[in-house]
Formats: sequence, structure tokens, C-alpha cells
Amino acid sequence: MTSYGVFQVLLYFAVIAALTKPVGAFLAKVYDGERTFLHPVLRPVERLIYRLGGVRENENQRWTQYAGSLVAFSLVSFLFVYAFERLQGLLPLNPQHFGAGQVSPDLAFDTAVSFLSNTNWQSYSGESTFSYLVQMAALAVQNFVSGAAGVAVAIAMVRGFARQQAHSIGNFWVDLTRGVLYVFLPLSLLGALVLCSQGVIQNFHAYEKVKTIEGGRQVIPQGPVASQEAIKMVGTNGGGFFNANSAHPYENPTPVTNFLEIVMIFLIPAGLTYTFGRMVGDPRQGWALFAAMSILFLAGVFVAYPAEQAGNPILAKLGIETAPTNLQPGGNMEGKEVRFGIASSALFAVVTTDASCGAVNSMHDSYTPLGGLAPLFNIQLGEVVFGGTGAGLYGMLLFAILAVFIAGLMVGRTPEYIGKKIEQKEVKMAMLALISTAASVLVFAGISAVVHFSQGGYFNPPGPAIANLGNRGPHGFSELLYAYSSAAGNNGSAFAGINTNTPWFNLSMGFGMLIGRFLFIIPLLAAAGSLAAKKRVPATSGTFPTHGGLFTGLLIGTVIIVGALTFFPALALGPIVEHFLMHEGRLFSGLLTGAWS
Amino acid sequence: MWRQIVPAFRITAIFTILTGLIYPALVTAVCQAFFPFQANGSLIRSGGAVIGSTLIGQNFHRPEYLQPRPSAAGNDGYDPTASGGSNLGPTNPKLIERVRAAAAQFRHDNPEATGPLPADLLTTSASGLDPDLSPESALLQAGRIAGARQAPVAAVRELIEKHITGRAAGLLGEPRVNVIETNLDLDRQFPKH
Repeated sequence: MTSYGVFQVLLYFAVIAALTKPVGAFLAKVYDGERTFLHPVLRPVERLIYRLGGVRENENQRWTQYAGSLVAFSLVSFLFVYAFERLQGLLPLNPQHFGAGQVSPDLAFDTAVSFLSNTNWQSYSGESTFSYLVQMAALAVQNFVSGAAGVAVAIAMVRGFARQQAHSIGNFWVDLTRGVLYVFLPLSLLGALVLCSQGVIQNFHAYEKVKTIEGGRQVIPQGPVASQEAIKMVGTNGGGFFNANSAHPYENPTPVTNFLEIVMIFLIPAGLTYTFGRMVGDPRQGWALFAAMSILFLAGVFVAYPAEQAGNPILAKLGIETAPTNLQPGGNMEGKEVRFGIASSALFAVVTTDASCGAVNSMHDSYTPLGGLAPLFNIQLGEVVFGGTGAGLYGMLLFAILAVFIAGLMVGRTPEYIGKKIEQKEVKMAMLALISTAASVLVFAGISAVVHFSQGGYFNPPGPAIANLGNRGPHGFSELLYAYSSAAGNNGSAFAGINTNTPWFNLSMGFGMLIGRFLFIIPLLAAAGSLAAKKRVPATSGTFPTHGGLFTGLLIGTVIIVGALTFFPALALGPIVEHFLMHEGRLFSGLLTGAWS
Repeated sequence: MWRQIVPAFRITAIFTILTGLIYPALVTAVCQAFFPFQANGSLIRSGGAVIGSTLIGQNFHRPEYLQPRPSAAGNDGYDPTASGGSNLGPTNPKLIERVRAAAAQFRHDNPEATGPLPADLLTTSASGLDPDLSPESALLQAGRIAGARQAPVAAVRELIEKHITGRAAGLLGEPRVNVIETNLDLDRQFPKH
């Protein structure tokens, strides 16, 4: 590691820590319906949206109605995106004349589910698949609303703790609208302009035909990238305009845009911890979550960064410099950009998987085993380290429920969190959410590791599912595990050597994303409804305080133990065994077993 | 849930217009007004024709030019319609063989390079369009470029050093040399006869 690299990480963390309170306080005001500095301009627009949308602003919803609205909204979103994708050939803003030929029905399904669930897994290359209209009016719209829906669910969950003997946890349509209007739109607008000033493109031109300096030919794609890049980060969506995502110089041209983009990822998720503390009337409760997230975040960075800086010992033997100097980055540069080097790449990889963002500025598939283990394990922990917009907070609240439950078991008392008794229903719902996502990862990855399809058939033309892998041996298994973790975790980043654009992968991953989104959110909303109905019990000398170091430690322990117990056996077959074999100099060219050296 | 379908349709339509059409149109208008060069791709023109973008790397094979990193974009590299990395894992023999071959080729073309070679020089980037090289990877090519252009090595080194961009604010990112800008400057300062 270099001192510059370590400083970058610490500076980044300091910026996030400094922004948490102002952003969090602003979010609390927005969702409580208080006046903010944006109200003079945006309040009339908000009212207009309710009038046109047929939404009654003061109508309170029970958790079942809240969840029903969310599901209905997602269903309609699916229809919109699917229709846009398949009909793109008939629609305007399509200078490259892409049509339905680029988008098979299974790809359209996978992509629509992917964007409505805030996953943004991409089985396609943006620059050779979708028109400008589809990118901005179908995909980027989902970036806004799926991000705002995530925050809405988190706020509903917080209301479960904040309210007493209440039947309602808010109004989904109001929370959704306020999020888009007061939070995501202004931040994206600001972000897009700064990104563009640094070189991110924003136009509707046809692809530029270039005769290069040596006389070769190049076709350079264009498009409305800055507007999409900004919301892709702020909404922790992660779906790139281009195949190379945030590694593409038109999405992320300089170290400054890179820093800005990772700040945009954590901005709302970190702020929400403060929002939580404020809305339940005790900011320390929020800071306790923030502390747990911070420790897990720094731990991830300081696993991935040294591993990537140490580089690949097999390449070092060929006379490749792995130690950094002031004139070259050293380390493992396969799949990384020179302007970012090792530190900014490893930091980005950890941030994007702590959050459920999934944008990448380097190719995780080419990471060293331990460097790639960090992002993979981050996703498998449930992306609760700041996490996706809203998803991080409600995920961490789930672990908080489990943590106090475990503490309660140890001392034999009914557990309480924020003055609410945690009883059978809440724990059952938390476990349902946890188990369904974990099962979706392990079951689908397990099936894919063994399933056979006939070559040239409909479901998987290359033959067995493992024929789609880009690498062999344990690394190939890591690709599978990463793909299904990313789908169920609604992350969207990839060990991208795997070809998932076949009906088998598009469909199975699409279902994984649906499970990860809705079998997580609906149980949590049920828990929120049950919590809201409860009375708050006053704290006594026997109450376990949930704002101190002991609770933070217990929470971290719960997150890691649950993640490790669930995924350690699978990780041992992938990155862990690869790490040891790489240091032995072993290479893999056979399908899953064969060795070559 | 079904009672919510009507507001769902209406709200989706409203947000499609607001965030899918008005928002990008507004961003485009402001960016085109204030940052037209950046918004249109940082394109470089020569005699009216576009010869590249300062942000998008391109292939250079001739000895008188600074040669970029290997690229996995498209079949021949640096194809912006197929951006992406190799996605080869660290224990993939294809990666090891490719690096071994690239190292041998580089040492053959640049006999002065006898020490360990910088990692970025022999590896493919994430985008396949990386416009930059590390300063060391660029400087190692100075001897070959000077020979091909019949120019003094020291002058070529000096030109390359002039093109080193440091870390942003002295802290962020890594020092780098933009290959296209450096090559255009080489053609200006030491034209090949």
C-alpha cells in the first residue's frame, strides 16, 4: 500500500462522515413532510404529481397496503421497461437503429427485473444493445424510482420503531414522490453537471466515426451519459451506460470524477443512519449503526487493497514489477485503469459492494482471490455496510433485531430495540428475509454448477451451465457464486467473465433478483407494521442499551457470523482455495477440476 | 394491491416524463451551453475530420509512437463499441501466456528495458479504452521512439515528462501520461520524414 492510497481511503471516509448528519437531517425533514429550502420550488410540483397521480397525500396506509402499492408499482414498472425494450425499433432517439433483434424476450425480462429491483445486473452491452430512449426513459427512470422505493421502505421501517400503537407506517406514493423530487432529482442534477464538466459526455449524437492517428478506424459511441451516470451512483443502481461501466472514460474520466462517484454512492445510505436516529428521537441509535458500518467498511478496504497491491505472484515471476513506485502503480493491474491505479480501484470495489450499487471501475473477475473475496463477501453479508439507498438501513435494522434477539437469549430476557419488544413475529420475519435470499444464492449457484443442457438447445446454447464460465477451476466457481450473490443481493456487479445472456441465466438470475428484493422487503414491512402497533416500553436498568460500543460490537459480530455460517463452505471452494493454489503457482484450464501448470 | 394499479400506472407515467425526458433534456441543455467540448466527447479534430478523443485510447503499432496498454475491447483492441476487460482470473493460463508474450515482445522492441516491467504496461485495462500509461511505461519507450524519429533520446524523454499528469490535488488517482496527446505532440515536435 502507498501512503497516497491510504490517505485517499481516509479522506473518503472523512468526507462521508462529515456529510452524514446534514444529509440525514435533510432526509428526515423531507420524509416527515417538513419544509426544506427546496419547498418554494418543488412543493407545487409535488402537489401536481399527487393530483395527476390520484394520490391522497394524507391517506395513511397499513403495512399490507404499503407493500401492495410497492408491488403494484413494480409490476407496472416491469411492463413499462419491457415494452420500451422490445419496441425500441419503433421509437425515436435511436441513431444506431437498434431493434428487438438486440433484445430477446428473456434478456428483456432479466433487464426489466434487474432495473426495477435496483440490481442493475447487465447481461447486455449498453453501447451495442439499447437506444438512447430506452437508456434514459426506461432504465434511468427505474434508477430513480427503485432507489426512492428502497428509501421509502427504510423510512416505513423506521416509522415502525418511531410510532406507537399506530396502524399505519406511512403512504408509499408520498414517500416515493418525495424521495424522487427532493432527494434524487436535485442531487443527480448537481452531480451530472459536475461530471460533465470533467468530461462525461451528454449529447444525442450518432456514434462518432473516427480515422485514427495511425490511419485505423474507430467508432466512438455517444449518448446522454452524464444524466444517467449521476443517478446511477446516487440511487446505488450501478447499471452502466456502457459495458465497461464506471471504468469507461466517458463515464468516469478522471480521479476527481471517481472520488465524486463513490461519495455519491454512500451519501444517502450513510445519511439514513442519522435520519433513523433522529426519527426515533435518539441520534445515538443512528450513530451506533454508523459505527458498525464504518468498521466493516474499513475492514473490507484493508483486505482488498493490500491483496491487490501485492499482485499476482505468478506474474511477478515473469519479471513484472508488483511494488509501487512514484512512476508506476505496481500490483495487479489486469482489469484496472491507469488513472485509478490500485487504491482507487480497490476502494471503489469495496464501496460498490458494501452498498448495493454494483457500478465498477475495475473488473472484479481479474482481482486476486482475496481482493475479489472482499466484494463477494460484502454482497453476501447482505450489503448492510451503508448499503443500497434504503436497503442498507433496513438490512442493518434486520441484523439489529437479530442482535438483540441473540443478546436476549443469552440473558433470558425479552429483547427490546428502540423501546419496542422484539417478539416472535419480528424475529420470524427477519429470518424469512435472511433465509430466502441466502437460499436463492446457494441453490441457484449449486444447480448451475451441475446442470446440463443440450448444446445448441433453447435454455443454454453453450451446453452445461458451466460452459458459460470465462475462467476455470475455483475461479470459475467464484464467477457462478458471485453472479447469484449479486442477483439476490440486488447488487449488479459481476465477475464478468461469465456469459449470462442465455435463457437459463437470464431467467434464473431474474428470479434471484425478485426473491432478493420482494422476499426481503415484504417480511420487513410486516415486521414494521407489527412494531408500529406496539407500545414503547420505558427503559429500565435491565434494558440492554443499543447506542454504545457493546451493541455495535454485537451487531458486527451478528453480521459476520450469519454471513460466514451461510457462505463459508461455498467461499472455501472458490476464492479461498484459489488463494492458496495461486501461491503454489497452479493454473487452471480444465472445466472445474483439471489443473495445468 | 389491485386497487393500487391505477395510481401505479399514473405515477410511472409521470416519473417517466419527469426523470426520463425532462431531467436528461435539462442536463443536456446546460451541459451543451457550458461544457460543449466535454459534453460532445472531448474530440480531437484535424483539418475538420475527427481523429480521436483525448479520453478514448486508440491503437498505435508503429515504433515512432508511444504504444498503449494491451486492450481486450473488440478483436483488435481499442474498439469503443465493445468496451470491457479481459475478465481473465489470476490463475488462468491464458492470462499468464498473454503477459509472457507481451513481455517478450516489449523487451524485443525496446532492448533498453532490462529490469522488471511495470504492471500496467502488460495488462489489459478494465474498459479496454484506457487512454493512459504510467509514466514509467511511457518513459521505457523513449529510446525506441527517439531511434525511429531520429531525435535525441533526452528530448523525447523530456517531451514525455512534460505530458505527465500528477495526482489530482496531489492526492487522488495515479500519475499518468495520455498516449494520444503525447503522440500528437511527438508528431509536432519531431515529425517523421
